Amino acid sequence: MPARAKVSGNITDERPIRVIIAKPGLDGHDRGAKVVARALRDAGMEVIYLGLRQTPESIVDAAIEEDADVIGLSLLSGAHMSLIPRVLKLLKSKKVRGVSVVAGGIIPDEDAARLRKLGVRGIFGPGTTLEAIIQQVRSASPRHAS
Amino acid sequence: MPADPLVKGLLAGDRMALAKLITQVESGAPLASDALRVIYPHTGRAIVVGFAGPLGVGKSSLISRLVTFLRKKDLKVGIVAVDPSSPFSGGAVLGDRVRLDLHPGDKGVFVRSMATRGQSGGLSQGTRDTVRLMEAFGMDVVIVETVGSGQTDVNIRDVATSRVVVLVPHLGDDVQSLKAGLFEIADIFAVNKSDLPGSSDAVRHLREMASIMSSRANWKPDVVECSALNGTGLDELWSKIERHEAFVRQDEDARAESKERLAKELRELVSRKFEVRLSSMMSEDSKVRELVERVQEGEVDPYTGSELILGRFPTRRESPRRR
Repeated sequence: MPARAKVSGNITDERPIRVIIAKPGLDGHDRGAKVVARALRDAGMEVIYLGLRQTPESIVDAAIEEDADVIGLSLLSGAHMSLIPRVLKLLKSKKVRGVSVVAGGIIPDEDAARLRKLGVRGIFGPGTTLEAIIQQVRSASPRHAS
Repeated sequence: MPADPLVKGLLAGDRMALAKLITQVESGAPLASDALRVIYPHTGRAIVVGFAGPLGVGKSSLISRLVTFLRKKDLKVGIVAVDPSSPFSGGAVLGDRVRLDLHPGDKGVFVRSMATRGQSGGLSQGTRDTVRLMEAFGMDVVIVETVGSGQTDVNIRDVATSRVVVLVPHLGDDVQSLKAGLFEIADIFAVNKSDLPGSSDAVRHLREMASIMSSRANWKPDVVECSALNGTGLDELWSKIERHEAFVRQDEDARAESKERLAKELRELVSRKFEVRLSSMMSEDSKVRELVERVQEGEVDPYTGSELILGRFPTRRESPRRR
């Protein structure tokens, strides 16, 4: 397991990585997103959980207000090729810098390749271990990239 | 006028600037102090309401309804929602946004989720400063949602001028055990889930108790029955909050209390700054490091050692490390 964040109360400590976890669109299966939220919490991150039926707009607004480092999108509905690029586009048009996007769910390989090209930093299909997700979220975080 | 572009942005209504400044005050960045100094004159006008209560009573859902109510009155609302950090990993799941049913794209609302980050890490200062940033941003009302019961609820006294304690029917014996902590800080009791049976009993019980409460000389807490589910009781809740705000502004004791709050804050700030200086002295000052080693080797006892370290602090110069 990766090193855990310190809770020393020392005010000069760097802040934990902040991650938005959201399910854009209409699919109602949030078990996976919740498991990931919990795993990231246990890895010392602050997870802002938005839950079901989010629009790309509400997700990007939340990322701005929460000053998030990473947005994690979970989709099982097949709408990933319209919703994920929309999030990326909004981030660009609203001039949000320093926020990476990762995605998980049912995303076919050729779509995954196109999404990566568009700037998605990590794509987690079925069978991805929680450890791999944690690691990639951590390295996707602009603030903490080593 | 302000040199910091973030402060300039905040005062001009830039949401991203507000978000970045909150991050700074939350992590106690040295820059934050300068920003707060500049925005301080822009604070103090908003109504700051704290919501406390046990977990699961519906604080977030009630706040969600209240925000909708306030937006209809065209009041701008900031929300600071605090959830606990894990004492084991330092991580947190901040879930209050799930319950907030916000109008997409509404620029009159700004929500920030916060983790407690181990409490001693200056939660109360971070929260208070975040409230101030939201005030300076132009919010008319700032709502602070606390974690639950315990010490944090006492801290809400330092941050909010009106405190709403949210309860539900059938808390039964729990009510008794809560008395000492939560009940003393309440300016208003909101009995949520009034759609459930037993609500009027709970209200009657609370009214009785509120009438004999003595924590404040001239204020007896109001009791409001409401339901976040049905959206009832919100106009009454808001009018009680306004009534309390009006009271606070003219009551002698309440004014004394707010003066005391400022004195306490000042003291906390100094103590925090002192802590920072101590930390850097412990790690950078070679004489001090040598002293630590001598204590570790048993050559000097810790009591003498602490006096010697204290003696290394300048006694007259005001700010020796200032560049």
